[in-house]
Amino acid sequence: MDFSFLFTNIVELTITGLAIGAVYSLVALGYTMVYGVLQLINFAHSEVFMYGTFAVAWVFVFLHGTVPVTQSLGSTIGLLVVALLAAMALSAAIALVIERVAYRPLLKRGAPRLMALISAIGASFALSELMGLRDRVVGWVGLRDNLDNYVSKARDTYSNPVTIQPDTVFHVGSYGVKNVDIMVIVAALLMMIALDQFVRRTRFGRGMRAVAQDPDSAALMGVNASRIVRGTFVLGGMMAGAAATLYMVKIGSTRQDSGFILGVKAFTAAVLGGIGNLRGALVGGLILGVAENYGAGIFGTQWKDVVSFVLLILILLVRPSGLLGESLGKARA
Amino acid sequence: MIRITRTWRIGVAVTAASLSLAACGSSDNSGGGSSSGGGDCKEQNLAFLGALTGDAGALGVNMANGIQLAVDEYNKDAKCKVGFKKFDSQGSPDKAPALATQIVGDKTIVGLIGPGFSGESLATGKTFFESGLPSISPSATNVTITQQGWTTWHRVIGNDEAQGKADAKYLTETVGAKKVYVVDDAQDYSKGLATVVKDSLGAAAVGSDEIQVKQTDMSATVTKITAAGADAVFYGGYYTEAGLLVKQLRQAGWKGTFMSGDGAEDPSFVKVAGAAGDGAILSAPAAPAPADFAGKVKEDTGNEAGLYTTQSYDAANIFLDALKAGKTEPKDINDFINSYSGDGVSGPISFDDKGDIKTSTIYAYMVKNGALDTENPTPIK
Repeated sequence: MDFSFLFTNIVELTITGLAIGAVYSLVALGYTMVYGVLQLINFAHSEVFMYGTFAVAWVFVFLHGTVPVTQSLGSTIGLLVVALLAAMALSAAIALVIERVAYRPLLKRGAPRLMALISAIGASFALSELMGLRDRVVGWVGLRDNLDNYVSKARDTYSNPVTIQPDTVFHVGSYGVKNVDIMVIVAALLMMIALDQFVRRTRFGRGMRAVAQDPDSAALMGVNASRIVRGTFVLGGMMAGAAATLYMVKIGSTRQDSGFILGVKAFTAAVLGGIGNLRGALVGGLILGVAENYGAGIFGTQWKDVVSFVLLILILLVRPSGLLGESLGKARA
Repeated sequence: MIRITRTWRIGVAVTAASLSLAACGSSDNSGGGSSSGGGDCKEQNLAFLGALTGDAGALGVNMANGIQLAVDEYNKDAKCKVGFKKFDSQGSPDKAPALATQIVGDKTIVGLIGPGFSGESLATGKTFFESGLPSISPSATNVTITQQGWTTWHRVIGNDEAQGKADAKYLTETVGAKKVYVVDDAQDYSKGLATVVKDSLGAAAVGSDEIQVKQTDMSATVTKITAAGADAVFYGGYYTEAGLLVKQLRQAGWKGTFMSGDGAEDPSFVKVAGAAGDGAILSAPAAPAPADFAGKVKEDTGNEAGLYTTQSYDAANIFLDALKAGKTEPKDINDFINSYSGDGVSGPISFDDKGDIKTSTIYAYMVKNGALDTENPTPIK
């Protein structure tokens, strides 16, 4: 155990932990919102995120080419905005497909919730493998050679051709805080504030909360529940797309299975903060990111997941409904 | 009447069952056989056991391509053709044993190329040894495998001890590193290699950390390395995590030398690391492939040659040479391998009494200008 290392480097560990935690938070929103309206864990949400990371990478290949370069954040910002929009669009589309294929047919026939859980896990595998076999898929339609830059080595790690070189913005103690970390944290916070306000202030948001509270009464009051559910999947998908963009800024490479671990972490973050609670997802994600880094600092990096899951168990022992265990339906307007 | 019908039904059922059994039997005999060449040819197959899908699937596909090329070249003018059966373990020590049982039960298999990785080699070695099936691994480098007394187990690649010692020497003598930080991903291969490097570095090793396979955010490890003031990092593991680690180190402003072993010596390392990969040194116990080799692989299999393709090609050729020399029994083939001596595309090959390759030169491959220079490595002596 190396506590002196933790204390001398606490600023760096905190800030880099917050940056990855912000990504967890954005993905956690998707889990928490779907849980709010359907009382279901959408295990395919991790693939929504994964498709977003590929959308980012493809936008860069399309607009920049495949030549690897390293450039500053400032000169990449235009590309990043396009990538953000593309990722949000693709992730939202994938989320809609999941809702349409894996959930709606089952829920419409009144299948038990456990069935929907299983079909979501199935959808997760199918989507992940589809990405891993995309070279063959485009081969069937005869575009294999035209799309080589996008599909070759489909199961291998796929990296963004543009590496963003972080610049130091200011110093805290001896540690120079990097602009990339600041951008990731601030962008994630802005997205979450926007979503929070959307759910609290708009007509759609009110519908969401109504369905979360009591779907039958909401239907009697004229809320179109299936439209609300679709919209919730889209919102969750957009947040996952934003998370994917920030992830690609920070990490820069992805793979057809990269959603899995991140999905588990984000789900953990949602439970940690109180599942069904938007602000809980934010708090849970940030705490998880920082706890991982502290755990890695004290015990060694191989222990970081152990530390964060022990933390989760401890918090659930004291507060079984999570840190801010208040449901989406009960959120004050 | 009823009784007669019943008897009749039973009769039909029995006949159908025996027919289907017969069908099974005959399909077993002809299964996987591309080998029935002439009348006096017995079906014979080479087998590959390794990861064809999963995380390290790219490496296993590289190996299978090398074997496929060797088999196809052999079959062009062989009287008795050889088949090639692939067994996909996904690189997992949990999945490999069941496949190993399947392989030793298949009497048409005369030799095994593999297993691909160290973990699965340790998990299956006993099964293969007890059945007497000779095997040559193109890529499993963990030191302990050849210390188990499995006399049918061989490898055409230098083990981690040779490589680790050479790497440590290169870091301290050629690079002139004073403080080396050692990181690995806790797998059999990675930990073995990293431990040898760390032990050989002695006082120059300033610290070590273990990451996890599939981990993408290395920030805690980066902080540890920069806080230790390391001027070099050695990473034991595969190219994905190696690429991510060097990238995040450079992004944090670290200026030292990055070195890793053969698990990272693949063009994919540069793809992951991007421009941050420049200056990295990747060692491998293999000389570069001859110039026309990559073209042959591409033409034959439609895939690019990669890490371990040359070793797999060589391993397959040793078995094929044994068949050419008329050896068909496992014991004869094993004796043939033990006394084999020749020049493969990956370098000169002959085995010591433990099954390790006798001479293996470790080469340092450099990453320059955004590409892994696979043609001009520096031999580490």
